[in-house]
Amino acid sequence: MQAAQSDREVITRVLQGEQKAYEVLVTRYQSFVFSIALRYTKNREDAEELAQNAFIKAYRCLNDYRGDAKFSTWLYTIVSSLCLTFLRKKKLPVHSIDQDGVFELADAMDSGMRANIVEEKSKVKLVNEAIALLNPDDAKVLTLFYKADQSLEEIGLIMGIEPNNAKVKLHRARQRLKEKMQQYFAVEVEEYIQS
Amino acid sequence: MQMQQMEEQIWNYIDGTASQQEVSFIEGMIAADMEWQKKYRELLEVNQLLKTDLELEQPSLRFSKNVMEQISSLQPARATVQYINKNIIRGIAAFFVLTIVGFLLYSFTQISWSSTAGASPLPFELNNLNLDKFDFSKLMSSTWINVVLMVNVVLGLMLLDSYLRRKKKSSAHNSVSH
Repeated sequence: MQAAQSDREVITRVLQGEQKAYEVLVTRYQSFVFSIALRYTKNREDAEELAQNAFIKAYRCLNDYRGDAKFSTWLYTIVSSLCLTFLRKKKLPVHSIDQDGVFELADAMDSGMRANIVEEKSKVKLVNEAIALLNPDDAKVLTLFYKADQSLEEIGLIMGIEPNNAKVKLHRARQRLKEKMQQYFAVEVEEYIQS
Repeated sequence: MQMQQMEEQIWNYIDGTASQQEVSFIEGMIAADMEWQKKYRELLEVNQLLKTDLELEQPSLRFSKNVMEQISSLQPARATVQYINKNIIRGIAAFFVLTIVGFLLYSFTQISWSSTAGASPLPFELNNLNLDKFDFSKLMSSTWINVVLMVNVVLGLMLLDSYLRRKKKSSAHNSVSH
């Protein structure tokens, strides 16, 4: 069986004119890119369009990819910047985490989730619903660190911040996730700990 | 020690970003202190949940096909560094350096270096720097101002034109892709 080709090998083939090879990269990273976009838009249609645009932009700019960082890091930087531009254009309410009362606002917005508390939840559902309650930056940093295999340095690169700030953001995101889980899914968390 | 600080240290320990010194301190605290032990277990559980149960969202089944269809008519653009000619950047830099050097040289030629040991600590007399000799009216004549304004207007129009072309092109591209 042929081993999976590295990103760099695929990129070389694409740049040599083998456009079809790009599908390997799209298939490899589509769920990561789509998940990051969805953390921002909270809407599948918009997220899908943004994710597609990110892949198209990456293809158009493939000659600019110098290979200093991982291809995935470069790609996530593109999707993050597209998402921010999208939010700015749509003028969606983006709340700073430093803004007073932002958590109360988030709680009010997500009050619909309370109805689900009595529902029996699997661990997977529990974590993912709690992630959906977080602000986009927190959800993104957790996705990048735990699923997209990005180091703190790479997360810093993607978010345009220092690695130390990325570390602080990660700590805070985990803290807020823990709070959300305790706030909304206290019963399930207790059951999980006891099991 | 504050709870937040304790949590940060334990997270560093779990993530493997703590220094050797911190590792031995944290391990000691976890072994000796019940509060540390409890917090460590709690954070370890959160970490485990995130590692194993955090799911990625899946796009539609046609996602990769859609992307491939959209790029079928496109080609990777030339690398940015290739079409920015370094000679142009060097030329602009040389222009500024020469201008600054020119002004400095001109200023130095205007200074009288034969100073009498007066009250001024400088080795030359500032009073002798005679700017009156320079005829600013020649430089700031209406012809020159008009030329500069004209060039700026032309450059502004070119910029506007390229912006409108780009906007038109992108809106046409968007309508095709939809």
